[in-house]
Amino acid sequence: MSAPTKPKAQLDAEFSELYRAHLRDVYSYSYYRIGNHHDAEDLTEQTFLQAYRHFERAQRESDGRPLRPWLIRIAHNLAANYYRDRSRKPQTHIDDDTVLAAPHDTESLVEGREELQRILEGVAELPDDRREALIMRFALGMDNREIARAMGRTDGATKVLLHRATRQLEQIVKEREEAA
Amino acid sequence: MSESAEFEVLLRRALAPVEPPADLSQRLETTLANLTELAAAELEGWELETMRDPRNWARPAAAAVVGTTAGVALVLVRARRRAKRRRPDNALDAAERALRDVFGEAGRILRDVRR
Repeated sequence: MSAPTKPKAQLDAEFSELYRAHLRDVYSYSYYRIGNHHDAEDLTEQTFLQAYRHFERAQRESDGRPLRPWLIRIAHNLAANYYRDRSRKPQTHIDDDTVLAAPHDTESLVEGREELQRILEGVAELPDDRREALIMRFALGMDNREIARAMGRTDGATKVLLHRATRQLEQIVKEREEAA
Repeated sequence: MSESAEFEVLLRRALAPVEPPADLSQRLETTLANLTELAAAELEGWELETMRDPRNWARPAAAAVVGTTAGVALVLVRARRRAKRRRPDNALDAAERALRDVFGEAGRILRDVRR
């Protein structure tokens, strides 16, 4: 027997809560995935509109589990369409104000900016799945289980993916440092 | 701290969360709030076919203005997004496509809202 339908006002209130709790997550994911603020805004907007359409069903099927992986999965699918429709690749050059927009202290901005920039460029070079896993782990602070749900993988496969992604990125950054 | 752990610290700093612009939050909240208030009844039963006749445009257009200012704004945003992806052959084409987009999107939103 299916669960009784919630009143629309309650659903809307719960969706508002979800939105407030995860706007920054969806925006951060979109931004690091695409590499510029303009399209990240568009992607964030579309993600929440899509989520609104399917919120009730997602709640039913989530069985009480957090909905963040579901939201990020929507953003992931929309980002994939974005690249397919426009035949684009992720930008290797992130908007100049990225590092400034993020909550770094002044000292790190001065000393580590180049290093952080090299890392961001390295992230953009990674294969899609590895890049996404790192964004989810480090920008959004998702644990293995959440990432696994967002990516439709097992926890074990996700752990391996994260490990390989980090090692590959480390290698890319090292090579860039040596070349500089 | 091991080299790998140090690298992860750097990675965490490089991928620090990015705050969404204030106007995005405001825009989205307005859109979502108004989306829940669409004048579904008035806009019910739109069919693209009937929209081909300009004499049929007045009623739904009035309904949209009266009941769904922000809902229509959402429709227009989406339609505009689609329009950006295409380059029409001439002005008439562009007008027809824009109209079809707007009505098509309105229908989709209403179906979703009713679901």
